[in-house]
Parts: sequence; structure tokens; C-alpha cells
Amino acid sequence: MAVDEALRDELRRQGIVTIQLETLYNWGRKNSLWPLGFGLACCAIEMIAASMARFDLSRFGAEVFRPSPRQADLMIVAGTVTKKMAPQVVRLFNQMPEPKYVIAMGACAISGGPFKQGYNVLKGIDRYIPVDVHIPGCPPRPEALIHGLMLLQRKIAGQKLTGPDRPSHLRADENGEFPVPAFGAHDLEPAQNQSVWQPPKLVREPV
Amino acid sequence: MESLELIRDRILSALPQAQLEIVPNGSANNPASLRVDAAHALAVAQFLRDDPALRLDYASNVTGIDCPDVVKPEKVKITREYQGQSIEVEETVQTKIPGYFEVVYHLYSMALKHGPLVLRQRTGNRSDQIEVASLTPIYRGAEFQEREVYDLFGVRFQGHRDLRRLLMWEGFQDFPMRKDYVEPDDYEYEPTPHNEVLDKTRRHYPPEVNHG
Repeated sequence: MAVDEALRDELRRQGIVTIQLETLYNWGRKNSLWPLGFGLACCAIEMIAASMARFDLSRFGAEVFRPSPRQADLMIVAGTVTKKMAPQVVRLFNQMPEPKYVIAMGACAISGGPFKQGYNVLKGIDRYIPVDVHIPGCPPRPEALIHGLMLLQRKIAGQKLTGPDRPSHLRADENGEFPVPAFGAHDLEPAQNQSVWQPPKLVREPV
Repeated sequence: MESLELIRDRILSALPQAQLEIVPNGSANNPASLRVDAAHALAVAQFLRDDPALRLDYASNVTGIDCPDVVKPEKVKITREYQGQSIEVEETVQTKIPGYFEVVYHLYSMALKHGPLVLRQRTGNRSDQIEVASLTPIYRGAEFQEREVYDLFGVRFQGHRDLRRLLMWEGFQDFPMRKDYVEPDDYEYEPTPHNEVLDKTRRHYPPEVNHG
């Protein structure tokens, strides 16, 4: 499958570039990530700062914040996800075309953050949709968002197009739809998507 | 601004039926408040807004207070017949003090640059007499704040034109700021020194796990 190193160097000297289709495809994908343009709380301000001239997210090809989920392939969950907002976030994620990725930005989007013990805040968006990169911070600096984006780019670059460990959007048996939680009498129903998130197991080694 | 006693007396001379009570506050600057019954709250608010010396035209804040029912044990001496003679016995009687909700308005005057005057309304109890008067006909800006008090405490405002939930969704049945609110059991472990959270840990994980 792979081209012999010596042959590839010889071809390059002659002006012929050989590359795997997978590498080329992933290179194009990872450098044109279009985030969905929405923010939920103060993390969104840092996200906006990251996209502006000083931090310049466009160096990484991710400056095209799309106003429509149909044109976006990266969801940056920037801010507190209240229980009232969570169904809309999941619905927007369902409306994005595959392949799609999620960055949970900030303590609230990861776990509920300082509002974790509250009655109205979701304890992490990863209860409903699969998160690729978690960025801690309250709020994270724009550098941290850029670092998270670079981690996501590294993940995309390493994805296989064929074989048993290919990502979910290349599997026919996975439809990429996540159930939208409903407003219940006391809480969201269901309180979490079991196929995406299970409660953490607390195991402590005896000292 | 005039003293609260003077304001109370002037309200009473204008509205003799109104039931007013000055609620003291023990802190240093003594921000005492004026409690008014729900039946006359609207008229009192109108007086406070229109009186030329007060002109409290701005309700800056509306909030709620929950005072739950209190059961107070009290020792009472009772005479009882015992073997032909009457003796005095000490018995503990549980006195139930019913709880209530209070709605607190902070009124300022933009025109005369004074305030705040703290106005309170109290409900009859915490279960079926939970109505107070809405002051939105006087203070339009209190509309969303009264909706918030309704949403979080379940106090019903008579005369509010759009009393819906504000922060929680339609169909949500609890009132989260009430002291007897039970939050949904969507527990997740977190390292914390708070006893309430550690108690939850014990309920959610088997006892052989050492909780430290």
C-alpha cells in the first residue's frame, strides 16, 4: 500500500508528489473546520476573541463561523448549557452534516462547572452528544481554544477511512442522530443518553 | 426621604383600611421595611408612586422569601387526675407555626433621587393561600421579576397580565427556590468537602467504597 520511501524521494526530486488519498483527504478536512456560530455564555466571548485578529483562528482554517448547522462541521459548545437550552443544542447537532465534531469549551460545558449543584444546569453536554475535545477553564483563554482545535485537527488527521476503526460517520449502521431530550415534570427526560455517557465508576484502591 | 413611621401614618390617613406593619431589621443601618396586606397593596403602591413627597417611581428589585413551617416544642404544665388526686405534670406540646412566602419590592425615586423603600407582601400559608397582589399596574418593570418569583417560589400574583414561567420550562412542576425543593437525582461524583454532596456519594455508591 505505502510507497517505498526511496522511490517517493526519487519521484519528489522529479517533481512528482505521491501521497495517500486518506492523508490528503484528512489534511483538507482538518484545515477547513467550519464551526457553528453560537455561544451560550461568557466562554463565547473568548471564542469570539479567538476568532478575531489578535488570536486569529483563521490561521487554522476555522474562522468561517456558519450561521446554519447545515453548513457547519464543528460545534463549539461555549458556555453553560441550561436544561432549558439542552434540547436545542442536541437538535442543532443532529442537523449538522457528517462528519461532525464537538468541542466542549469551559467548565460549564464539560461538567456544569460552578453551577453543577444547581437545579437548572446540565451537568455536561457529553450526557447527550459525543464530545471530541474538552477544554477546561473558566473561561479558557483563546490560546486554550486554539490548542483544543489543534488537538481536534490531530484527531482528524489520524482518522482512517477504511478498516474496523474507521469513524462513526463512515459506518452504515450508525445514523449520527442523537435523541433530543424532552422537558419533563422534574428534569429532562431522559437525564442522559446511555449510549453516549454512563455515570463514572468510583473505585478507590485500598491504601 | 421621610421616616418609615411617617410614611406609614400618611398612608393610613389616605387609606384607613390598609393593614401596614413596619418590619424592623437588626442590622446597623436598620433598613426596616413596610409590610402591606395583599388587598391594599396596589392602592398603597399607587400612593407611594403618586405622593409628591415620595414619588417612588422605580421598582428596582422584586424578590421572594420562603419561610417554611416551624414546629416549636413548648413545655406546658397541665393538672391531671392521678389516683384520686390532682398533680401537676409537665408536657411538651408541639406548636406548629405556619410558614409563608414573602415578596419584597425595593422602590426608589428617580425623580427625587431617594430610596429605597422596602415593601413586603406576605402570603397566608405555603400551600393554598399563595396569592399576593401584582404591582405591575403601577410598576410595569416588575413584570418579569414577578414572573421569576412565580417561577421559582410558586407565588401567584393576582392581576399580573402574563403570569407564566420565566426561567424553567412550561410543564416543570417544582418551584426550585422553595426550601423543600428536592432536586432531581442526576448525581455525579465530584471531589468536594461539602457534606451534602458527600452524603449523596454514600447513597449512590456501595459502602465498600471508601469515601475518605
